[in-house]
Amino acid sequence: MKDRPSFASEAITAEREASVKLGLLRRSPGLWLTLAIALVVGLYPALTGNVAVREVVFTMLLSVALASSLNILLGYTGYVSFGHVVFFGLGGYVGMFLLSRGMGLWLAAPAGGLASGVLAFLLGKAILRLRGAYFALATIGINEAMRAFINNFAPFGGPTGISLNFQIYTGYGGAGQALWLTYYVLLGLAIVSLVLSYLVKTSKFGLGLMAIREDEDAAEVMGVITPNAKTWAYILSAIIPGIVGALFFFKNGNIEPNDAFRLHFSIEMLVMVMLGGQGTVLGPMLGAAGYQGLRGFLVTSPLFKDVQLAVAGGLLLLIVLFIPAGAVGWLRQHFPRLRALLP
Amino acid sequence: MILELQQISKSFGGLQALSNISFAVPEGQIMGLLGPNGAGKTTLFNVINGVYAPSQGHVIFRGHDLKGLKPYHIARMGMARTHQIVRPLKDLTVRENVMVGACFGREGHNLAEAAQIADDIMQFVGLAERARQLAGSLNVAQKKRLELARALAARPHLLLLDEVLAGLNPAEIATMVETIRRIRDQGVTIIMIEHVMHATMKLCDQLVVLDYGKQLAAGTPAEVAANPQVIEAYLGDPKLAESLMDDAA
Repeated sequence: MKDRPSFASEAITAEREASVKLGLLRRSPGLWLTLAIALVVGLYPALTGNVAVREVVFTMLLSVALASSLNILLGYTGYVSFGHVVFFGLGGYVGMFLLSRGMGLWLAAPAGGLASGVLAFLLGKAILRLRGAYFALATIGINEAMRAFINNFAPFGGPTGISLNFQIYTGYGGAGQALWLTYYVLLGLAIVSLVLSYLVKTSKFGLGLMAIREDEDAAEVMGVITPNAKTWAYILSAIIPGIVGALFFFKNGNIEPNDAFRLHFSIEMLVMVMLGGQGTVLGPMLGAAGYQGLRGFLVTSPLFKDVQLAVAGGLLLLIVLFIPAGAVGWLRQHFPRLRALLP
Repeated sequence: MILELQQISKSFGGLQALSNISFAVPEGQIMGLLGPNGAGKTTLFNVINGVYAPSQGHVIFRGHDLKGLKPYHIARMGMARTHQIVRPLKDLTVRENVMVGACFGREGHNLAEAAQIADDIMQFVGLAERARQLAGSLNVAQKKRLELARALAARPHLLLLDEVLAGLNPAEIATMVETIRRIRDQGVTIIMIEHVMHATMKLCDQLVVLDYGKQLAAGTPAEVAANPQVIEAYLGDPKLAESLMDDAA
């Protein structure tokens, strides 16, 4: 193979090289802004010591970690998963099973994440060849199948699920301490999910995912090994939800099939990602916090408390119709100058 | 020979899209693929780069049989193509589009290297000013150049061009013809599907003519233009054939 001259019509100047590097640097302030918001909100309950506020922020951080993970598949790769809660549920079950057998949280929670990652790998091989609506339908089927399976799976307690002995929390400094502990771990996981999202988005792997999102056939022709890229995206989007599931049900003290595999929670995750802006790092975080804030208002309002899910559905409809890019996506489109701050 | 087609046939259900196509492309040449609409030219491209598996026959690329390989394997072996109907990655910038080619093509560059290659190639095809624009916002001529840029960024051994001249005005055609010639001069072998006859005759070293999925003729532009079957099936007009022979000469 003979060496080919480059297509450069002129030599690469030092200036241009600098502009490439500067371009990479310029994209970072948005990450720092995102993490700063997460940290300020996340540490606020710790500084005030207010337990009620902590529970509100706990729900928000949980949603941030889940929405941010889902965004890797939905926002970057363009695959709509309607059953993403299956990873939350499975991670929760595996974690609770191990906790009830005496394993510590530090091993049980990662084991939950690992189990979800393995499930995503196996599912990826099976259903990621489906495109569009067919993939979305398959993910719903998997969530329902998993719920039915666990309902009849004796080691996981069947329909009654698994409950933790209250004694278990003494190992973590008592129930009160254990609640704070799970809170801090969750804050850490939310931060990790945001950093992971940013790293994926700004990597070569992420560029391949976005090529798949825009035109999967064209991506293949350009050399993106689409089955591998999609499977990795699915796995990465499943691990953190698995760990979060284990953590959530550890805090909860018990797990049942109908709590672990709530299909409407999947749809709420989609609303969060779409509301904030799919395919952005900041969007799912703002969408998750915004949606949980709204939901918190709705469930405590006498007028809306019974119809809060209908509001979520209506919200999704409005977003899809009027701002399909989501809040952050809309801002990026209309204020290109702000893009560096809105990753 | 960089590419050899051995008795390629492709059928979709009852429709025989290609039957018994055999030709070889020597390294460093420009091969033109001609034929009326529906003759199977794009289908043949899809067979060559692995989008479709041939029903029968073999595609040999640089000594390797491509049987069972996917488009992404073949792309990484050094084959790149453009699409007749442009397929820009709309929500990515022009530069990112070209970077995809460099990142996942034959040389598999990392992002920083790909960014530099993209800058060079955008300069080469005349898209440098559009680098930060979203690909969806380009006009048709620019999108055609983007297709070409993405394919070039992969630094291919073999480049398949599917009607890159169609829909361009005479000035744009002249620029594109010059660009294609420069790509060939850098050692890239090219197969091009084209309807713009005068340009094809001037550019191509070899021609293959398809009609209803069959190989009607093959040879130098002068031979093909003089072929009575080609005149009847495709050119339709002996006078046009004569003027094309003048071009080829």
